[in-house]
Amino acid sequence: MLNIRTRKKGVFHRPKRPLSLRLVIFVLASIVLMIADHRDYLKTVRTHLLGLVYPIQYLVNLPVKASQWLSMATSNRLQLIDEIERLRAEKQQLQVTLQKFEDLKSENERLRQLLASPLKVGERVQLAEVLAVDLEHSRRKIVIDKGTTDGVRVNQPVIDAFGVMGQVIRVGLFSSTVMLITDSEHKLPVQVLRTGLRTVAKGMGAVNRLSLLNISNTGLNTGIKKNDLIVTSGTGDIFPQGYPVGTVIDVSPDIGQPHALVHAEPRAVLERNRDVLLLKKSGE
Amino acid sequence: MNSDRHRGGWVIVLSFVFSFMLVVLPMPAWISAWRPDWVAMVLIYWCLALPERVGVATGWFVGIVHDVLNDTLLGQHALGLVLIAYLSVKYHRQVRSFSVWQQAIVVFGLVALNQLLGIWIQSLFGSPQMRGSFIYPAFSSMLLWPWLFMILRDKRRAYGVD
Repeated sequence: MLNIRTRKKGVFHRPKRPLSLRLVIFVLASIVLMIADHRDYLKTVRTHLLGLVYPIQYLVNLPVKASQWLSMATSNRLQLIDEIERLRAEKQQLQVTLQKFEDLKSENERLRQLLASPLKVGERVQLAEVLAVDLEHSRRKIVIDKGTTDGVRVNQPVIDAFGVMGQVIRVGLFSSTVMLITDSEHKLPVQVLRTGLRTVAKGMGAVNRLSLLNISNTGLNTGIKKNDLIVTSGTGDIFPQGYPVGTVIDVSPDIGQPHALVHAEPRAVLERNRDVLLLKKSGE
Repeated sequence: MNSDRHRGGWVIVLSFVFSFMLVVLPMPAWISAWRPDWVAMVLIYWCLALPERVGVATGWFVGIVHDVLNDTLLGQHALGLVLIAYLSVKYHRQVRSFSVWQQAIVVFGLVALNQLLGIWIQSLFGSPQMRGSFIYPAFSSMLLWPWLFMILRDKRRAYGVD
């Protein structure tokens, strides 16, 4: 044993390089990495690295998960029965709506065939859970518990029961990072449902605020007004058409600028959601 | 980290794992802005305590993990932590002889440097996020340094990390 130790010492312990030289080496390595990462050369590397740090995310998320389980285990039987009753009633209502939906869908397809403009209707969804971990506090991003092993890919749209949440920007093996539509770098092509006015919804980096770009001061009254619903317009090929994005809350013409200041509030529950849905195109 | 020569490497690894957990622990936004730079603090401690063992290379690896966890540009935190490790190792004799609150001021300087560097890199790569709140983590790190110092010193002695 002693013998091995001393020999190891001989082989692995060359005198260390001077500190300043090591500094230069690692500073250069960092700079090279940053440039490569900025140009998106390191996608697969990051996927695997994110898989490597998943245990840390998992551990941090564990108490939240445990408390959820606990509240479920200790909730009263009567409460559960109530909940089941409520859900059953809700399901009934949804099914009634769905009956009409099927009819409308086939009618829509017939009409589109007549117009010779085929449209693929219907996307499949995959359920994912938001992990309770924080990222940089100045950005609006979340981490979900599905990764490449579950078939998640970059740019995949993420929605919840009420509207569009954002898109996947980074996939790991077991988790992925989602940029919310309120992040200051996120732009989403949208249109006003009532009038068809097309615009872009840009995040403002603030909680629950979207800014609608390029709406001219003239014709504000006809094109867009308070409480209008905005939906995805389908341009840009990432988000399918027609998903609700938000409600217009503030329209103020800006005389000094060619464009008006229009703000909207996202429909989706961005800040305190546990369950999200990943949209898959029907072809996938 | 050569486990055949030194003892207690797992204590160092575990302390870093804990610091990473504190980095991603969900917090309300206003606390999050004040979140101390745990990883830098732990790194500074080990650089001061065991400069021949934890140094620039450790700082770099830890920084890469930090970048992946925080979804920042790969190498951003690595660069900052490499510089912190370099300064801490280079001046470990002087800093060790300081009182714990004087050390805290050094920690304030190093964390502020790290934050500034991060902002500088972000603006260089096209997403400037300059705001006054960048200095908050430096303050909170400074205030929590004595506490972290005691804990890590106790653990180091208890497990005979050398």
